[in-house]
Amino acid sequence: MNQVAKNMTETKQDTIVEVDGIAMRYEGGVQALKGVDLKIPSGELTSFLGPSGCGKTTLLKIIAGLLTPTEGEVRIRGKKVTGPGPDRAFVFQDFALMPWATVQRNVEFGLELRGMPKDQRGEKAVKYIAEVGLAGFEKSYPHELSGGMRQRVGLARALAVDADILMMDEPFASVDEQTRRKFQEDMLDLLSKEKKTVIFVTHSIEEAVYVSDQVVLLSPRPGQVQRIIRTEIDRSKSPDEIRRDKNYLDYVDDIWAVLRTYL
Amino acid sequence: MALRTLGRQTWLWKLMSFALFFGAWEIAGRIPISLSFPTFIETFIAFVRMTFNGEFATAYLQTIQPLIIGVAISSVAGVGFGVLMGLWRTMEWFLVVIFIILYASPVAAIIPLVTYMYGIGLTSKVIAVVIMALPLIVLNCYKGVRHTHPSLIEMVRSFQGSRWQEIRLIILPNASSLIFAGLRLGIGAGFIGVVLAELLITPTGIGDLITYHRSVADYPEMFADITSIIALSAVSLTVLLKMEFLVRPETRKR
Repeated sequence: MNQVAKNMTETKQDTIVEVDGIAMRYEGGVQALKGVDLKIPSGELTSFLGPSGCGKTTLLKIIAGLLTPTEGEVRIRGKKVTGPGPDRAFVFQDFALMPWATVQRNVEFGLELRGMPKDQRGEKAVKYIAEVGLAGFEKSYPHELSGGMRQRVGLARALAVDADILMMDEPFASVDEQTRRKFQEDMLDLLSKEKKTVIFVTHSIEEAVYVSDQVVLLSPRPGQVQRIIRTEIDRSKSPDEIRRDKNYLDYVDDIWAVLRTYL
Repeated sequence: MALRTLGRQTWLWKLMSFALFFGAWEIAGRIPISLSFPTFIETFIAFVRMTFNGEFATAYLQTIQPLIIGVAISSVAGVGFGVLMGLWRTMEWFLVVIFIILYASPVAAIIPLVTYMYGIGLTSKVIAVVIMALPLIVLNCYKGVRHTHPSLIEMVRSFQGSRWQEIRLIILPNASSLIFAGLRLGIGAGFIGVVLAELLITPTGIGDLITYHRSVADYPEMFADITSIIALSAVSLTVLLKMEFLVRPETRKR
């Protein structure tokens, strides 16, 4: 009976990542997370939102397998996470590009680590460089690019390894506002084609509502899941229409009403 | 186009800098600021003469040998120890103190001791070069390895890179600027070491030439000797810089 009920909900919405009772205490005694339970639906964009220091990035890194939690476990398609895996790709807040390598080599890097032959990975990289809108910059070095362009390289590198889950740690934090908006739009465009599950960390309410299907609100340290908000916004509209959409603005207000109590 | 004119201009500036320096030297020599201070032209003539009569060749044959051996030993051992210390805590605790003491100590004071132990031959000179150059190379490599950006390491791990890939593809390339800086400083220090050794221990090579010309008051010759060793050191460092361009193509565009 239980199995049937479970199957029924699952056909409605497949869960790809399950976070089960995660707690994280750093060596110095700082409790970053406490009792975090969470289900992340497949093929959707989920964002973690919360005040700074609430452990959003810690939670993301635990799901990525880069950090080991003190308690609890993360399961991906039912399998326990013990470290980073080919099913997940990470986009870093500070881009984490190799300054000594060209855009091409940076984008190829994930594939290079996996031992893919040079011509094959070169081809793939060229494709994704074009997809993120950087065609013609293959031979440039990161220091020759703007912050927004560097993050596009980071995104292309993560897409190139063809992981099911794309994890982004405040990818637009070091990018100026105009670039940020354009980048958000381009990213949504690209992700609608790529059919990935995306987990996105941000401290911007507008950004969270604009890009996600589901916003996970975390409380201040030790971070706990405060609320999960599913944003029902008509995404067929143009970006400018969405930003003026009543629902969009209501969600932003709702979330702000929760977050302001933390201040 | 604009870039090319700028390129030509930097050459012009460099040339002017030399002209200004040599001009000032010439004037200072003509005043003269000291009886033992020759003019630039006298020094230049002495330089050309010694280049062609084989005096420099004979001297440098003796000076360059310990320099090359010493710098080679220091580079290989220095990069090796430095990288190991950066990667491996036990090694760090064990060795870092030794190199910091060596680095901070007035080496000129140790050199007589080296003579006492190894005599006045090639070995002493090589050791003088190594104790000057090695700490600089080791400490720079160590710092370069230790200062790898943590998010780059995390990036490799997130793409399931192995520890060996992490070292080979991230830590070493990332440290290369400091490794090369260490080699540059090390070669510079190696020159100091070999000249010190030749002045203090073994009266041979270019050090002997300087001592000799001073003792017989051939000041233009003495200045030409000094200029020659400075020039050689500058040329070696330029060669190393070109090598760095080859190994690190990204620095060419800066």
